[in-house]
Amino acid sequence: MERIPILRMGKYLLVTIQVDMHDRLAMQLQEDLTSRIAKDQARGVLIDISALDIVDSFIGRMLADIAGMSRILDAQTVVVGMQPAVAITLVELGLSLQGVRTALDVERGMKLLEQSLGDATSIAHSGEDDGPGGES
Amino acid sequence: MAIRLSEIVRNNHASLLSEWISELKSTLSRKLIKESELEEQCAAFLTALDHGVSSGQTRSLEDKSWGETKEVLGSVSRTRAQAGYSPSETALFVFALKKPLFARIAKEVPPAELAAEQWNATVLLDQLGLYVTEMYQRSREEVIARQQQEMLELSTPVVKLWDGILALPMIGTLDSARTQVVMETLLQRIVETGSAVAILDITGVPTVDTLVAQHLLKTIAAARLMGADCIISGIRPQIAQTIVHLGVDLGTVTTKATLADAFALALRRTGQSVVRIAAPKKKDSEADKERKERE
Repeated sequence: MERIPILRMGKYLLVTIQVDMHDRLAMQLQEDLTSRIAKDQARGVLIDISALDIVDSFIGRMLADIAGMSRILDAQTVVVGMQPAVAITLVELGLSLQGVRTALDVERGMKLLEQSLGDATSIAHSGEDDGPGGES
Repeated sequence: MAIRLSEIVRNNHASLLSEWISELKSTLSRKLIKESELEEQCAAFLTALDHGVSSGQTRSLEDKSWGETKEVLGSVSRTRAQAGYSPSETALFVFALKKPLFARIAKEVPPAELAAEQWNATVLLDQLGLYVTEMYQRSREEVIARQQQEMLELSTPVVKLWDGILALPMIGTLDSARTQVVMETLLQRIVETGSAVAILDITGVPTVDTLVAQHLLKTIAAARLMGADCIISGIRPQIAQTIVHLGVDLGTVTTKATLADAFALALRRTGQSVVRIAAPKKKDSEADKERKERE
């Protein structure tokens, strides 16, 4: 059975959806991702959906659900690279994914994750790590 | 009976034409098209009418022998619609023919058949008149449709203000069709330019009702899904009042009074700033001139 690969990059998990999402694949991804977050103690999840050009209400809800589950497991979720048509569809379906953070591409998504985690960890590191966001 | 009508039209071609034209000239107060053009149109129509009537199909214009007449009337309606005539003035083109034609009918048709023949001619000319009005209407509608399309294309430009900052100056009333175009072009440009901030300027939007507000919110939600922030600017005081009175919740959206304020915020968000450079030095030649004057 095909699966969507989950890559680990330091404290982040990277998911790139390259195939047509069907419902069972989405459920599988949800399951895999939550267990990987717990196992790898990931702090951030980046989902790249730039190759996804068809979306339905189920996939839309799944994205929101993943973000919710990750938050409970203390990981930030960023969805990147959404196509215009997908964005319009989701809005028309009434799914504006309020709890999900978004970015234009993987690079900006990574920066966003680092920024938000940098803010969260700056107390622990007493300001020595103020994130790469401030330098640019 | 129809044969008689066709005979009348054919035999009195020249006199009918001249009387008709003079009738037209006296009834049409405005001269929006050239007289030579009018005469040309009248002559073409009468020839076509002769052709149509001789087929004997005076009850309906559906017969193909009326094709030529319809064509002439179509071009007549188009030129008049473009010249700025009113629909009734355009229909008068056909109805002015009644007087000279009926005079001929009264003269040449024996009294026993007169009523029937007149009825025939009336029905025919009324149909032609209606056709002219219809064509006039259609050509006006074509103009409106074209203008609408042009407006749609003209009024939704997405401009790149700065690196990573897009602006969308919206002008005119926002309806569903326009919002769809606005949304699509904005999202497309966000992808193309990789912009993180988009400013929706509604200075040129005359009224904001719940529907327009909903359209705006949808556009903003879609842009956010793609990872771009939206700022609404150019909200006039009256519109701010309307929005609050309508109970539209713009709480989640950043709003600014002017495009300049929104631009300043966008620069800050993208980590950029515009600074005033030092006062420009006077050019060397000007400085020389001043020195010479002092000497």
